[in-house]
Order: sequence, then structure tokens, then C-alpha cells
Amino acid sequence: MSNDIENKTAVAAAEEKDDEVILEVKDLVVQYVVKKQVVEAVNGISFQLKKGKAIGLVGETGAGKTTTALALLNLVPDPPGIIKSGKITVCGNDMLSLGPAQLEKIRGKDISMIFQDPMTSLNPVMSVGEQIAESVRLHENVGKHEAIQRAMEMLELVGIPGERAIDYPHQFSGGMKQRVVIAIALACNPRILIADEPTTALDVTIQAQVLSMMNDLKVKFNTALVMITHDLGVVAQMCDEVVVMYAGSICEQGTADEIFYNPRHEYTKGLMRSIPTAANNGQRLEPITGTPIDLLNMPKGCPFAPRCENAMKVCLTQRPEKMIINDDHHATCWMNVKLGVEDGSISLEKAPAEGGETHE
Amino acid sequence: MSSKSKAVASRISEQYRREPRFVMTWKRLRTNVGAIIGLVILLILILAMLYSFIFVSYEDITKMNGKHKYEPPSAEHPFGTDEMGRDLFKRCLYGTRYSIAIAFGAVGFGLIIGVFFGSISGYFGGWVDQLIMRLTDILTSIPGTLLGMVIVTILGARLINLLIAVGVSCIGGFIRLSRASVLTVRSNEYVESARAIGMSEFRIIFTQVLPNSISPLIVSATARMGTSVLAAAGLSFLGFGVAVPLPEWGALISGSRNFLTYAPHLCYFPGLCIMALAFACALLGDGLRDALDPKLNK
Repeated sequence: MSNDIENKTAVAAAEEKDDEVILEVKDLVVQYVVKKQVVEAVNGISFQLKKGKAIGLVGETGAGKTTTALALLNLVPDPPGIIKSGKITVCGNDMLSLGPAQLEKIRGKDISMIFQDPMTSLNPVMSVGEQIAESVRLHENVGKHEAIQRAMEMLELVGIPGERAIDYPHQFSGGMKQRVVIAIALACNPRILIADEPTTALDVTIQAQVLSMMNDLKVKFNTALVMITHDLGVVAQMCDEVVVMYAGSICEQGTADEIFYNPRHEYTKGLMRSIPTAANNGQRLEPITGTPIDLLNMPKGCPFAPRCENAMKVCLTQRPEKMIINDDHHATCWMNVKLGVEDGSISLEKAPAEGGETHE
Repeated sequence: MSSKSKAVASRISEQYRREPRFVMTWKRLRTNVGAIIGLVILLILILAMLYSFIFVSYEDITKMNGKHKYEPPSAEHPFGTDEMGRDLFKRCLYGTRYSIAIAFGAVGFGLIIGVFFGSISGYFGGWVDQLIMRLTDILTSIPGTLLGMVIVTILGARLINLLIAVGVSCIGGFIRLSRASVLTVRSNEYVESARAIGMSEFRIIFTQVLPNSISPLIVSATARMGTSVLAAAGLSFLGFGVAVPLPEWGALISGSRNFLTYAPHLCYFPGLCIMALAFACALLGDGLRDALDPKLNK
């Protein structure tokens, strides 16, 4: 019976080109207004996602990852949040200009989201089968009987026996709840799936299971994935592209290989140093000192400069712009200019203080 | 999926069709001793009401008998007789219809309006919330009895108007209570995730928010039933309710309070009736709350 779903996917896939861009975010600015003070939670970020690919949003708590995810669905809680400017295109639909009825059609059908905590993201008074069926019935014109059957297929697909459809969320373990949450999000076979720290609340063995299951489903349905996490291991395993965020803006963006083997932002480098690997086995980890910046009092220069070990004078006074490392990689860090000057690829005459390799 | 699991699938969806929510709720309710006691008392009262419709006529309860005034309970008059020699048992039986109508009607009326505005207020917040809550403040600042008198005066002294008058005075409490519980429920992640799968706000209120915020409302509503009967009695006593010869339980108590010292049974029996109704409602409400919460199910 999952054949139906697979066939549908195959037909849908044939209709589209493989490199079609199905999610595009341009210069997104989201603000929270609290007691007349404006916090720029997301400050001008842009990225693209192609069909069937996975992009990882990485960053500390408060970097604006979840706000970005909610903005993709146009679900930023208002008040206090407002999407100040920018453009979000999901499968050709401009999310920020559509009315509520049209948005409801797109959410769940074209773009769906898995929330952080599986313990609280299921309705405690509805059986899991009903909750999955609810998602099916919202978007497809099927009867209750059929919807329940579809719900059971979805449960089997995520590795839970279909008989358990009549059980309530409290009768499931954490990992199984997360599977149910994923089943709800995937019930209508969305083309984009946003996963907001899907494994944070799970223990490591379950994490691995859930991740490999998500990977399988992604391949099976050709779903594009936006993976939000602060776990670099998860990113390495799942994502084709990585966006590293700090204080609401992108500090480095590129393919996963580029980011992991050739990090060009001090913050990314710091993140890499702070995870245990086989190479630094037995040594002390080097954490990034200090705490994330107070978004209410943003400094003039680079937001990461106060915590950066290698901060230079320019870092404190001037905000770096996007510097292109290569076609697949760019970063906003003055260190790239320093490196360029040191190895002679940039001369200081040609490069004024605004930054040598700055092209945009 | 294999044909075996397909069979399981159709069996389970069959189960869904055969067992709607109220059947499952009833199955859970059945195991709760308190709820069953409450249900039995309520059933007895309802049977008494039905009995009185058929076998107790208006003449029976208004027939005076000067020889048998203030008689204590006896075989002939199980609840005794009142100051005009009328049979109190029959009067109590006859009064069941008013009290049950007031207990359920007034609370139901208040509950529907209160939950409607309360959940809108709590769910949407902002200026809607401000407007509804300030109007609620005004409503609750007027004493219930006074408000009831005004409403009955405007609408006329009939049972249905008494019901509305008592109902209006409990709207404020229900608005505040439902707003508070909706406020705690709406910030849950499952509400957000319902939005993320494209559920409309209206549907979210009915499938996600209300079922999760209903418990305190059930308890409060059943507790309110007892006080509603008493409030209606107060209004009846002041002449703003069921007209005097009609034996509404509250009216029976207030009419007999002058004879409390030498004919206490005139207050006891109607009082016991009110207590039985309130008690039954409270037990049933408690059981219902447990039955509606799947977490407490074994």
C-alpha cells in the first residue's frame, strides 16, 4: 500500500527537474518587539534549497534558527514577532503575501515542520492515529476510514506497528513519539520538511535510529530537508549544504565538505574545536568562551568579535560583509582578508578598509 | 504493506467507526465508582421528575388541608406536611422539574456563552482579549442577585427567564476560567504543530485547544449547578422567579424558614433534594473529567 505513495512521488518527480529550487529565502529580517525595544532575531539571511537536498542551519541557542524556520511557514508568533522584510518562496508561492486560507493549503502539503520536543508536540487527548489522519484529511479529500488507514501506513513507514494507531501519546516512548511527529509531518508527502532539532530531546541510540529513518524517507520521497540543529555530527551525516548562524545573521555558508574541511569563519572554527573527534582524543576540548551576544545591544563591528580569540582592531569597529571564498562557499570574517594579504593574493592598495575580497 | 497488516488496518479503522468518542468515554466512566453513584442519584431524580409529570397533578400539590398542618413525616406523608397541610413529598417531586431545568439549563447557558467568549479571548489575545475581559469585569462587578432581578424584570417572570438570569450570573466565571486554561494550552507545541500542518485557527480551537482545556470547566460547571439552584431559590423568594404556589426546591426552603423551630422537616427535605442534585452533579463531573483524560486510563 505504500506503493501508491511511491508511485505518486515518482510521477511528481518526473514532472520536475531535479535541480529545481523549491525554497528560496532572500534578505529575511525578523524582529521581535518587546516593550518598544526591537530585537533583530534574524537579520538579512538568504539561502536556497533544491529539490531533494538537505540544508543544515547550525548555531547556538538564540542564533535565530527556530525563528527562521517559523518564518518559512509564515508562523512567526505575532505579537511580538514581525517579518520586517525579505522574500520567502516555497514551491513558487510567495509565503509573505498570501492570505491565511492559502497559507493553510501550503502548510503541511508543500512545506511541513517537525518541532523540537516530541514530548509536547503531540496532542495528549487525541490518539496518534487520529492526529495523523487529521493531517491527511486537511489536505486530501478522503473519508475518515481511508484517512485512518493512511495513518496506519504512515506509522508502519516510520517503524511503528499500525495497530498502535489507537494508542495515545503518553503510551509511547520519546523516540516513538518523535517518529509519530515525523509521520504527521510526512503524511501529505510534503516537498520540503523543516526539522527543528529533531533529535535534541532523544538519547543517542534513538537519535541514530531517527536520523537514519529520516534519511531513508528523504531519499524515498525526494523530500528537501531543512535541518536545524546545534549538533555538527548530525549536520555532517545528513546535509549537503550548511548555513552557520550567529546572532541572527549568517556567518558562513557553503557545501558540507567546504564547511567541515575548510572553515573560513572564526566562529565555525571554534565550533569544530569544541566537538570531540578521533583526532583530539584524550585532549581537553576548547570551548568558545563567553555567552552569545545580547541582541538588544549589538556591537558596531562583527557580532562574534567579543568572543573571538583572534579578533583584530577592524573586527571591533566594522562589520564584515559577505566574502566569497569560492563558488560553493562564503563567509563573513575579516580573517579572510588578513589571510589574503598575508599570502599576497590581495594587495592593500586594491583593497580598501571595507574588505578585500568583498564582492557584494 | 502485506495483506495481513491490511486486515489489521481495516479492523482498527472499523473499531474507530464502531466506537466513537462517547462510547469510549462511557467505557471508562463505568469503572469509576463515584461517577456511577452520581449517575444513579441523577437517574433517580430524573425518574422522579418523569413520575411527577404523569402521576402528580397540579391539584395534588396545591390541595390544602387545615387538619394536617406541620405534620412530621409519616407513612401517609413521607416528607410531612407544610403550613397549609400540603403534602411535601409530592411538592418536592413536582419541584424536581424546575430544579433540574435550572441546574442544567442555567449552567449550560452560562457555559456555552462563557466558553465561547473565554476561548476567543484567550486564544486570540490582543485587543479582542482586552475588550472581552473588560466587559467581563463589568459583568462580574454587578452582584448576581441584582443582575438576575434586572433581567427577570426586563424579560418577565417566567421559568425560562429565571434560567437566563441565573445563567448570566455565571458567565463571568466561565469566561475567566476558560480563558485561563486556553492561555496555558495555546502555547503548547502541539498547537503550533497543528498550524504547521495547515490547520485553520477555528479548527485548532475545537480539536486541539478546547479538548485540552475542558477539565477545569467540567469540574467548575458541576460545582456551579448546586449554587445555581440556590441562586434561583433566592430570586424565587424575592418574587422574581417561579410564582409562589409552584414548589421550586429553593422556594420551598425560603418559604419554610419561618417555621424552622417547630417544623424543621420543611427545610430539611427540600434541602436534602438540592444537596442530592449538587452531590450527584459533582461526582459525575469528577468522573467525567477523569474519563475524558486519556492519561488516567489504565
